[in-house]
Amino acid sequence: MTKNEELAKGVLSGDRRNIAKAITLAEDNTPEAQDLISLIYPHTGKAYIVGLTGPGGAGKSTLAEKIVREYRRKGKTVGVVAVDPTSPFSGGAFLGDRIRMQELSTDQGVFIRSMATRNYAGGIARATKDAVKILDASGKDLVLVETVGAGQSEVEIIKVAQTIVVIHAPGLGDEIQAIKAGIMEIADIFVVNKADRENANKTVMDIQSILQLNNKESGWKVPVLKTVALTGEGVPELVDKLEEHRRFLDKKLEHERSRERAETELVEAIKEKVVAAIVEDLRKEGKWDEFLQKILRKEIDPASAAERLLKKARTDAKT
Amino acid sequence: MKSGRKIRVLIAKPGLDSHDRGAKVVARALRDAGMEVIYTGLRQTPEQIVETALQEDVDVIGLSILSGAHKALFPRIMDLLKKQKLTDIMVFAGGIIPEEDFSEMKKLGVKEIFGPGTTTETIIQYVLKNVHDRT
Repeated sequence: MTKNEELAKGVLSGDRRNIAKAITLAEDNTPEAQDLISLIYPHTGKAYIVGLTGPGGAGKSTLAEKIVREYRRKGKTVGVVAVDPTSPFSGGAFLGDRIRMQELSTDQGVFIRSMATRNYAGGIARATKDAVKILDASGKDLVLVETVGAGQSEVEIIKVAQTIVVIHAPGLGDEIQAIKAGIMEIADIFVVNKADRENANKTVMDIQSILQLNNKESGWKVPVLKTVALTGEGVPELVDKLEEHRRFLDKKLEHERSRERAETELVEAIKEKVVAAIVEDLRKEGKWDEFLQKILRKEIDPASAAERLLKKARTDAKT
Repeated sequence: MKSGRKIRVLIAKPGLDSHDRGAKVVARALRDAGMEVIYTGLRQTPEQIVETALQEDVDVIGLSILSGAHKALFPRIMDLLKKQKLTDIMVFAGGIIPEEDFSEMKKLGVKEIFGPGTTTETIIQYVLKNVHDRT
């Protein structure tokens, strides 16, 4: 057995050490990682994948912990992927989501992994998706992906989920902030957390009024739920809604979404590979600097340069 | 370290003391040095620390302790690491540990102990130099 085959076997049997090592491979984006994912891919697709996103301070980690407990109470196993941003200055990251999930760390039915975005455009989305696949293949019933909802890459990350929960809290800014963040449209379920605060109802109404403007043709009416994550209030109702949405994703709709997901993943994978291949070839031929200099001297613009390179790559491929 | 591989560090506070200023300063310094730092908060049991290290696949564990209970807690942590076959993780400690306990702690496998007054730069350099090339 190769090292990867052994690792894959370990993942499939649910071995926590192997799961951890597999996710590290995926994070570091090594060639071995791809081989590993190809080995486990046939065993994915069984877990229910839920995305949890929203602005910092809304209570994502605390709510995540409560959702996990509720599923554990029902006897389900859970994987959690908690994504936090990498510092653009140092390349380091402070990953603190586990602070809110302390007591889950020794529960053998729960596997939690913190991931940093590592600042490669699109890359984190792939690494997160791989981590989800690994947890899925390891036999977890539920995989929860948690990330700060701001910016394109975060939206990409969360799209891995079958059901997306957007969480907000009173006092974090008005509804305009929520629209700006671009996360209104992706919500299947809205949660107003910290609902024991006095202006919670206003936040609920604000969100409802925006949702009315969204025309979703799917037939799913996006609910706005209230929770108090700290006490667990409203969490059983949220889990009921999750299950309702899961049932709603009947075969046809889920098929469409799966297709969409597969398509996005394929496009991303192609991009990553083609870019890497072209850049590598150019570097080998010593043409990379030549092109860069031309662009710097304003003799050619980057888009035209890219087009020329693509043409060249295509003719090269034919010969 | 292999290129591209980020150093992952778990900063943990075992036991019952409730000051984590020092732990946070170290966590922040290691982050600013380009590492991925997992911080789990106060009052961790040895079991929680070791299980977190396993799931997060860290290269380094930094233990911060001020309560004086290191002689009770560190042996348990080091023992659990052995049981989980996580001995390739480099463990260092900081906080209030009397110097006469240093050799006993090091015998357990704690690689280095940093007392009050240690600069963050010293800790960063130590970690960079001593982290294992893990498989």
